[in-house]
Amino acid sequence: MEKKKASIAKRKNEVVNSLKNFGTTVYDQLDKGSFPTINMPSRSTENINYDPNLRQYVLGEKIVSRSARNIRHVKPFTQLAWAAMFSNELTSQRKTSTLRDVYYSAQAYEMTFTDQQESNNIITDLETMTGFAREDFSIFPEERSAIFGDLTIGYTVPGYEGKTLNLTSHPDGVLIGPALTSAELLSTKADKVIAIEKGALFTRFIEENVHNKHHSLLISCGGQAPRQTRSFIRRLHDELNLPVYILTDGDPWGMHIAQVIISGSANAAHLRELNTPDAVWSGVWATDIVEYKLPTDPLDEVDVKRLYELQKDPRYQNDPLWQREIKLFLKIRRKAEQEAFSRYGLTYIVDEYLPTKLKGST
Amino acid sequence: MAQATFEEISASDFFYRNRDIAGFTNPSRAIFAAIRELVENSLDAAETTKTPPDVYVRLSFEGEATKETQIYKLRVEDNGCGIQPRFIPSAFGQVLYGSKYKLKQMRGTFGLGGKMAVLYGQITTHQPAIVTSSTGAAKTYQFKLMIDIQRNRPVILDRKVQINKEGWHGTIVEFTLEGDYLRAMPKIIEYFKQTAMVNPYANLTFVDPKGRLYKFIRGTTVMPEPPKETDPHPYGVDVELLQRLIQITTDKNMQDFLKHHFHRVGDITAQKFLEFAGLSPSKNPKRLSHEEIVRLMQNLKKFKDFLPPDASCLSPLGEELLKAGIVKELKPEYLVVHQRKPSTYAGHPFIVEMGIAYGGDIPKRGCFMIYRFANRIPLLYDEASDVSYRVITGMNWRRYKVAPDMPIAIVVHICSTKVPYKTVGKEFIADRPEVRREVANALREIGRQLQHFLSRQEHVHMEKRRLGVFSKYLPKIAQFSAKLAGKERLPDIDKLLKSVQKYGEEESKHSEEEE
Repeated sequence: MEKKKASIAKRKNEVVNSLKNFGTTVYDQLDKGSFPTINMPSRSTENINYDPNLRQYVLGEKIVSRSARNIRHVKPFTQLAWAAMFSNELTSQRKTSTLRDVYYSAQAYEMTFTDQQESNNIITDLETMTGFAREDFSIFPEERSAIFGDLTIGYTVPGYEGKTLNLTSHPDGVLIGPALTSAELLSTKADKVIAIEKGALFTRFIEENVHNKHHSLLISCGGQAPRQTRSFIRRLHDELNLPVYILTDGDPWGMHIAQVIISGSANAAHLRELNTPDAVWSGVWATDIVEYKLPTDPLDEVDVKRLYELQKDPRYQNDPLWQREIKLFLKIRRKAEQEAFSRYGLTYIVDEYLPTKLKGST
Repeated sequence: MAQATFEEISASDFFYRNRDIAGFTNPSRAIFAAIRELVENSLDAAETTKTPPDVYVRLSFEGEATKETQIYKLRVEDNGCGIQPRFIPSAFGQVLYGSKYKLKQMRGTFGLGGKMAVLYGQITTHQPAIVTSSTGAAKTYQFKLMIDIQRNRPVILDRKVQINKEGWHGTIVEFTLEGDYLRAMPKIIEYFKQTAMVNPYANLTFVDPKGRLYKFIRGTTVMPEPPKETDPHPYGVDVELLQRLIQITTDKNMQDFLKHHFHRVGDITAQKFLEFAGLSPSKNPKRLSHEEIVRLMQNLKKFKDFLPPDASCLSPLGEELLKAGIVKELKPEYLVVHQRKPSTYAGHPFIVEMGIAYGGDIPKRGCFMIYRFANRIPLLYDEASDVSYRVITGMNWRRYKVAPDMPIAIVVHICSTKVPYKTVGKEFIADRPEVRREVANALREIGRQLQHFLSRQEHVHMEKRRLGVFSKYLPKIAQFSAKLAGKERLPDIDKLLKSVQKYGEEESKHSEEEE
């Protein structure tokens, strides 16, 4: 565990160094009387490729250059330098911020961003340039998801250093926020992670004692899992060697929520370790709809369109499961929500469905 | 068929009955036309002797006539060549007097102007006109005149001769007329302003009935080359002109007749033409029958080998004078002028001169200000019917990066031995393809130059913005990077800022070369 414990501090150090390096490079270029210029991988669509080995999207060879010599780049370049400085201050003072906060903080430096999108883009530039996620720079999104289960963590945030917490301590679960994601993972009795699309089912699982019955850590994704949640799932898998199971609605959207946890998104192609390639989508499958005779709704036009899109998506090529389920969805033209199991009683999903699925998936 | 009675009427009588076509439509228009005709005669008279014109115009109130109109006394003085005493009565008392067998560019081409004004005055007030003139010789002559309308003859009421001690030359015309000055005022003032623009070497003074003084002072004493007199070009003659030429000629055969009375016709051309027309070179022109004259006129137009008329009979203002006039009256920020090479329509030579002025005192009106001139007189009415207006509004200005809401004035001057007016009132120029083409070409030329100016201006503007961006952001980059790198001292960015300036200069130089 000692080795693991160092991981957070080490990573912080790397982040700070990469920001400093950027500052030094720009400083030296300026001092020599030349226009500061930096290179970073291009994020244009044609430079985003799926890497079957990494099982995620990655950026290709194409490099873009940002130079203060170019009149159109001067402002974004300045914004990038500011964002780096701001992140460096946050990180070294161990404070956190949000994307919205970044947008407003810039105004104190007469560095107005035209809109939120512009400031978000600059933060993405900073990610691309350094290879670190914005959460590493202490910039967090607003949306939060939750975790519950027998995991003990050790805080590293100011004022809580040395304090520990067991994540069963609050029955609503614990927010996956900056304090949690920056914490060291100390110990767990769980032997698996179950990520759940919806908060309602997450709460049901806690009520039904799933964490004990199945020795699991439960995560509520709250729809599409936020990046910090995805990165936390990755840490649970890598650092604690826990297998990850994902439960979603039985429709193309639920399927894709699982897929993003597994393979990541094209938008985050410039980042690593936001995905968990070994995670498993456990349901609700189209097969389950048929097998369990679940109450269903018909697929809409957009659902069908989405299925055809996913059929061609490279992330859906590496496991025959995906293609099989897509075909079946298209055949039965029906979809079902997780709550559909309630027709067999409130505990059916926990007592019958879940054990079968967990067994089947491994 | 309705019964009609025919009676012969004199030219004076004809214009008395049809004064509309000469521009004396209504009391306000009449007062404008009277001033204008006399001022134009004065300018012509001064230019004949290469004297920078001094024209003084006074309009004074004499009494009420009707509810809307008043009686005014109009006095116009000039420093022109003056009129020899024996011609004075006819010059002002006989309509269409002064027939020209020779051609040159003049302001008044119908031989009507001054006389119509006097005639109109007489019709409305029954007062004689007083004309004083001297050619600079020992004496000045003053005539008190009326027109016998039915006989088209001057009636001399009084004649005075005085010693001309100062050697004064010029003409003073004074007569009364009925009119509506209040309504005519804007056009009259505009007329003086525009006349001053296109005659920058003239002093114009106008005292209106309220005693207000309008003074337009010359900006230069340089005058354009006066036009030379020429014979009519064969393509431009009609039967009437042919008959008049035959009447006055002393030549006894066709060969000489053609050679002596037509522009750019020599022995060889005359010979070839007579062969073409099937006429004997030795035929006496006075023996030509009416049918033969008509055929001759048709053949003159058909024959292809006449040389085009030359422009020596024209007196364009020239680019320098046009510039001086526009600068003086419009005070623009930018001005470009262009003179086209001489061209011809139907045997009449003409030259188009054009200027485009931008910014400065020129207001933004949502459309261009168009100033039209023909033989150095402003055309103030019927703008929308004029060929220049049509060409200007029909042009695709976006190609020249010009928008209608820019402060732009366009000045068009067309000079010709016979300006193709649509009406006797001389208000707008007919849409002849040859004229239209020249106007369009001139417009394209100045349009291109204006575009260059605008894009240069745009470039300077952009350059300023560019420098602004660099000097705003480079210091910030310096500040942020120093903080990030943990340095106390800010990086030295002066060199960089200087290089940006230099870089900018080079860039603008470069793009100017490209132009």
